[in-house]
Amino acid sequence: MLLQINNLHASINGNEILRGVDLTVNVGEVHAIMGPNGSGKSTLAGVLAGREVYNITEGEILYMGNNLLEMAPEDRAREGIFLAFQYPVEIPGVTNTYFLKAALNSIRKHRGMEELDAVEFLSLVKEKVKLVELDQSLLSRPVNEGFSGGEKKRNEIFQMAVLEPKLAILDETDSGLDIDALRIVADGVNKLRRSDNATVVVTHYQRLLNYIVPDFVHVLVDGRIAKSGGKDLALELEEKGYDWLKEDVEL
Amino acid sequence: MQVTDQKTAGYQSHFEKFEKSLNGESKTPLHALRRAAMLKFHELGFPTTRQEDWRFTNVAPIADTGFSPALNGFTARMTRKEIDQHMCRDLKCDALVFINGSFAKEFSSVGMLPGGVRIGSLAEALKSDPDIVDAHLSKYARFDRNAFTALSTAFIRDGAFMVVPDGVVLDRPVNLLFLSTTGEIPFVAHPRNLIITGKESQLSIVENYAGIGHNVYFTNAVTEILVAEGAHVEHERMQHESDNAFHISSMHIEQRQGSSYTSNAISYGGSLVRNDIASVLNGEGAECTLNGLSLATGAQHIDNHTMIDHAKPRCASHELYKSILEGKSRGVFNGKIIVRQDAQKTDAKQTNKTLLLSDDATIDTKPELEIFADDVKCTHGATVGRLDEEQVFYLRTRGLALDDARDLLTNAFASDVINRIRIEPLRELLNAMLHVRLCKGRLMRSPL
Repeated sequence: MLLQINNLHASINGNEILRGVDLTVNVGEVHAIMGPNGSGKSTLAGVLAGREVYNITEGEILYMGNNLLEMAPEDRAREGIFLAFQYPVEIPGVTNTYFLKAALNSIRKHRGMEELDAVEFLSLVKEKVKLVELDQSLLSRPVNEGFSGGEKKRNEIFQMAVLEPKLAILDETDSGLDIDALRIVADGVNKLRRSDNATVVVTHYQRLLNYIVPDFVHVLVDGRIAKSGGKDLALELEEKGYDWLKEDVEL
Repeated sequence: MQVTDQKTAGYQSHFEKFEKSLNGESKTPLHALRRAAMLKFHELGFPTTRQEDWRFTNVAPIADTGFSPALNGFTARMTRKEIDQHMCRDLKCDALVFINGSFAKEFSSVGMLPGGVRIGSLAEALKSDPDIVDAHLSKYARFDRNAFTALSTAFIRDGAFMVVPDGVVLDRPVNLLFLSTTGEIPFVAHPRNLIITGKESQLSIVENYAGIGHNVYFTNAVTEILVAEGAHVEHERMQHESDNAFHISSMHIEQRQGSSYTSNAISYGGSLVRNDIASVLNGEGAECTLNGLSLATGAQHIDNHTMIDHAKPRCASHELYKSILEGKSRGVFNGKIIVRQDAQKTDAKQTNKTLLLSDDATIDTKPELEIFADDVKCTHGATVGRLDEEQVFYLRTRGLALDDARDLLTNAFASDVINRIRIEPLRELLNAMLHVRLCKGRLMRSPL
C-alpha cells in the first residue's frame, strides 16, 4: 500500500471541505479523482502536498506506512511525492535548470545517492525534455516566466520526469490545455508509469482520461467519495453529469 | 544670518588647524571657496528630521559625536595583503587606494595611459592641473542647501581625480578603494572625487568603501562627475563600511547631450548610511540608469535618495532600487524626478522594491515627481513585501528545505540588480557576498 487515506476531514478558514475521505492507492495503479466544482478535489491534492493553509480536523494519511501529515512539504517530496500544480507559479530570477538541479540533488542526497554536477545534470535534462517536447531553450529561462499555459503544464511533467516520484498527483493538469497540448502531457505521464510508482489524476472532465487511462475512478462530491469504479465510471459521468451522485451523498 | 550651532562648532577648530597646514595655499580661490563653504556649514547646521529631505534619517548620532580629522596622523601600517582583500581579484584595472581619505601611492597602481588622461590624487592635481580643477571643482555639487556637502567643500583636500580627454576610450576600469582603519578615537574623512570625461569618451569606475575594525568613524564623501557629449560612464559603487561607521555620500552628475551614465550602487555596510545621487540631464538624448541594492540587518539604517533632473528634451532615465531588510533595520528610498517645461518626450521610469525578511524591519519609500512638460512618459512604482509564499511552497514541493527555498528566492531578488553589473569578477564577488550574508542572516532571522 503506497497511500492510505482514512476518514480525512479538512477545513479552511473554518469551512469544512473534506468530510471523511477514504482512499487507497497501491503501486502500479492510476487513480482518477473526479467531481463537480467545490467538491474538494484541489483541497485533497493540496493536503497531500502539504499546503499549510488547511486544517486537518480528523483522520489520517499513511504514505508507505508513515504518518504523512507530520511531514514537511520538502520531506514529502524527498520521499517521492510530486504535485503537478493546477496553476504553476512563476519565479522570476530563478532559472529552470538551477532550481531543478537543486531539487534533484536535494532528493538524491536524501536517498543516499551522489549529487549530480552541472554537466551530468545537463545531459540528464537533454534526454528528459524530449519526453514532453519542451524546447530546451526554455530551461535557461526563469521558472515558468512568460510560459504559455501549455508550456507551464509540460514543465510540470518535465520536472516529474527528472525527479522520478513514487506518487504523482496531477491537479487538473488538463485545465487550460488544447487537444494537442493535452496529448503531449498525457503521453509524458504515460511514459513515466512504472510498476513501482502510482499516479493520482485529479480532473473535472473525462477527456483527459481517454489519454491517461485510469485503473480506478473515484467521484468526490461535497467532500466525500460518493462512488468508485473502473474507467467506465468516467464515461457514465460524462453522459449523466454529477447530479445523480449528489443525491446519494445527502446526509 | 549667522546661526551658532554647538554641533558644528567643533569643526571650526579643525578648519582653523587645516587652514594653518595649507601654508601659502590659503590665498587661493579654492581656499576662498572652502571658507565660504565653512560659513555655510555653520549657517545650515546638521539637518534635522523636520526637514523633508531628512525626514526618515536622523543624523543626531553623527552631529553628537566629536570626530577628529583623519589627516591627524591616522596613517595605519597597512600591508599589501590587507589591501588586496578589498580589491576585486581577477579584475585588470588601474587602482587608486585611499586610506582614511588620503592617497596611498604605495598601494596604488596606474598602468600606461593614453595622452591627456589623468588618474590620480586630487591633492596632487591641485598643484599639477589647477586649471582643470578650477574649471570643474564644486561646479556640480552645490553646497548651499546641504550641510554635508558644505562640510566636504570646506575640507577639500584629497580624493580621486580623473580626466578622460575627448574621444578616449579607457579599456580597463579604474578601481577606487577608500579604506578606513579605525583607531581609538572616532575620526572623519572627506574624500572628494572629481571625474571629468570628454566628448565621446568612455570610462568604467569601480568605487569601493570599506572599513577595517569595529570602531566608529565617519566618511563624508562627495563625487562630481561630468559626462560630456556622447560620453559613456559606467559606475559600480560598493559601500561596505564597518559595523559602527557613518557613511554620508553624494554624487553629483552633469550629463550633456547624447551621454549615458549608469550607476549600480550596492550598499551593505555601515550603521547609519545616506547615499544621494543626483543627475542633471543637461543635453538632448542623454540617458541615465540608476540601479541600487541595499542589504541591511540588525539596527542598520540605509537611506537612498535619487534625483534626476530632465532639463532637456528626449532624455531617458531608468531607476531600479531594491532593498532586503532583516532584523530591526530601516531602509529609506526617495526618488525625485523633475521634468522641466521644455523637456518634451521625456521617458522616465522608477521602480522601488523592498523585501522584508523580519517583522521589525521597516522601509519608507516615496517618489517625488515634479512634471512641468506635457508630452512625457513618467512611470513609478513601489512594492514592499515578504517572500511570495506560493513560490516558497512550490520550491519545497520539489524537495528544497524551507531555508534553502527562502535563500534561493532572496538571492534571486538581489541578483536582479547584481547581474546588471557588467564586470564579471565583480558580479561573482557580490553574489558570493550575498550568499554568505544570507546564511549569517539566517541566525538573526526571527523564528517562524
